[in-house]
Amino acid sequence: MIRAIRARLQQGTRTASFPAGEADLPERFRGRPVRDAARCHDCAACQARMPSALLEAAGPARARLDAGASLFAPEEADACASGAIGFTRDFRMGTASRDGLRSESGEIALADALGQTTRRLFGRSLRLRSVAAGSCGGCEAELVALSNVVFDMARFGIQFVASPRHADGMVVTGTVSHNMRDAVYRTYEAMPDPKLVIVVGACAINGGPFRGSPEVANGIPADFPVDLWLPGCPPHPLTVLDGLLRLLGRMPDRPSA
Amino acid sequence: MTRFDQLGLRNRRAIPFADVPTEELATFGATIVGAVRSGWRVVSFFGMPDHGGSTRLVAVLAQDGRGELGATSALVGEAYPALTPDCPELHDFEREVAEQCAVTPEGHPALKPIRRHPADHAARALPAGAGRGEYHFSRLAGEEVHEVAVGPVHAGIIEPGHFRIQAHGEEILGVEIMLGYQHRGVERLLETADRDRAVLIAESIAGDSVIGHGGTYCSAIEALARSRKTPRAQAIRGIALELERLANHIGDIGAVAGDIAYQPGAAYLGRMRGECLNLLMLLSGNRYGRGLIRPGGVRFDIEPEMAAAVRDRLRRLQAELHPVVEMMLDNASVQSRLEGTGVLPHAKCLELGIVGPSARASEVARDVRHDHPYGLFRFAHIPVATAWAGDALARVLVRWLEVQRSLDFVIEQIMSLPRGPIRVDCGPLGPGELAVAMSEGWRGEIAHVVITDDAGGIRRHKVTDPSFHNWRGLAAALPGNQISDFPLCNKSFNLSYAGHDL
Repeated sequence: MIRAIRARLQQGTRTASFPAGEADLPERFRGRPVRDAARCHDCAACQARMPSALLEAAGPARARLDAGASLFAPEEADACASGAIGFTRDFRMGTASRDGLRSESGEIALADALGQTTRRLFGRSLRLRSVAAGSCGGCEAELVALSNVVFDMARFGIQFVASPRHADGMVVTGTVSHNMRDAVYRTYEAMPDPKLVIVVGACAINGGPFRGSPEVANGIPADFPVDLWLPGCPPHPLTVLDGLLRLLGRMPDRPSA
Repeated sequence: MTRFDQLGLRNRRAIPFADVPTEELATFGATIVGAVRSGWRVVSFFGMPDHGGSTRLVAVLAQDGRGELGATSALVGEAYPALTPDCPELHDFEREVAEQCAVTPEGHPALKPIRRHPADHAARALPAGAGRGEYHFSRLAGEEVHEVAVGPVHAGIIEPGHFRIQAHGEEILGVEIMLGYQHRGVERLLETADRDRAVLIAESIAGDSVIGHGGTYCSAIEALARSRKTPRAQAIRGIALELERLANHIGDIGAVAGDIAYQPGAAYLGRMRGECLNLLMLLSGNRYGRGLIRPGGVRFDIEPEMAAAVRDRLRRLQAELHPVVEMMLDNASVQSRLEGTGVLPHAKCLELGIVGPSARASEVARDVRHDHPYGLFRFAHIPVATAWAGDALARVLVRWLEVQRSLDFVIEQIMSLPRGPIRVDCGPLGPGELAVAMSEGWRGEIAHVVITDDAGGIRRHKVTDPSFHNWRGLAAALPGNQISDFPLCNKSFNLSYAGHDL
């Protein structure tokens, strides 16, 4: 018993100061991708060199950046020899619409709070069901981390539950592989209304590194009404937490870094 | 014809593919079975299309005691006599060949689809409608036997898999594990994508083994390109691999604590796992080390200040870790929950070809860092940690020993990085060659076998994750346990679904 108390004292309190304080992210952290218009010469050389779908193929016009498709790989920045493409340390990337992730400069339309009725239902208690569907396991590992003492999602009343019957929303990770497609639909159907759909990671948004494989659906099928898109490969736990709190209208508004 | 064991094949060395013997079917089987009986082990076994609609079966074998690798091959048509009855290690490899290449190993004891996808390495055009094979579960008959089905959507945040348990009351009689839900077609993608993209795919084979798979992929490519990375790059890769091991082992000990409701262990260790991930993020910009390892070396250097910071944070971690894990392992109720749970006997480990900590917990001292040393591990040695009981407690103990040794290792190595550039050129691949790259990931042996065509393109890229060997170990350890201990047994192995499913 004395050992347990001593260990408890030694461990102290380790919960992150987020959202009140600043996030402690290292210099090399790759957050929201951006393009500096001043350095872009419209040479379009980046399109051939880009190892992901970060650049939308967009005909003669300057291709838009699609943060949802970014793999947050250093080679994506290398694709532009003039250094116009780069990564910020901004981890806030959750949007309410797929299109909110696309822009020329890399600006993102951060998610607004849900409507008042839904917010009254879920604002202080949100129960989520995780469905991994053709992923590498990375996004799931970060979802697990949200429940540890550092990110401690439960302090906001958000928890993962064991059954879709208990859930207010479904969190989908992975490319939606052929073998998981049915399970994703059935999990959604098993949840009582009203219900949310939250899409986490590049794979679930558009197939991620596996885009184009005949075995995957390139992300969540278009017929799901998605409420929150969270880019990343995998997203940092703070990206997910920030997005969820925005959706619930519980983020103090601050300009993005 | 050169014998399979005289090719000069070593970990991360390329040889002309034409040197690999092409044997008659009968001698091919005898070579593999004979080698395994005399102490060799199957690293990988796969098929690839050859000329005239035939499929070439390739076996890569390892002799751990001498650090040697061997390879042999044979051409088959639509069917061949299965080798599994004489060599149980091949059980799932032959299921895989059947599914990928549409070749039937006749007489295989349980020929079922392994990932449930259409053949993607078939040598001949398949009849229209040939697609995903039907999967039939085995079932025990008897009035008092009942069946429990779990997955693919589980109670926690876990990857998808399906477990069919045959039970008598609470006692597990047998478990059938059906996987394939995470199948994304990784091998085909690696064979067709260009290199900039392929390395990103390799980093996503198993999201908790980014360094393991990324490093093994790059080493195979470097072997084929004759690219010699610098000692500094090797050291940074070795350090990153050990940080990955630390994060996952600490997380696993914490997760086992969680599964037996020992909350202090789960809470403290869950947090300390994150500390190791944050160190990887400090190095690479990503919590799992994505972006760090690239063909020819590494992408990010470790400057002296960063090295000192990592050392200090690891020392603090060391000081915080010991009291927690020791308190947990001294606790009588923790011991009684783990002891005797999910026993995988030594002989079964050898029979199934189990690798990694799960093998070492049953006193099978296999460790690629020791047996087939590479990179940093040729100069700096980490002792192989073993335990003998083969139960959940032994698997926790082996992880704890490895955590302590990896901590010491990283703290020492990061302060004595060799000088030099971190990355060198990695040019075109040699034509018509075979390279085998193996690493000791935190789950065990990760193997990438790459064979190039006459133009230096990739003809076959075979990935073998340690989980591919070890899922059968879990199935073998479960009978006799209670159904309620299934999650604990599963967690004590903590295998990858994505790594298996590819």
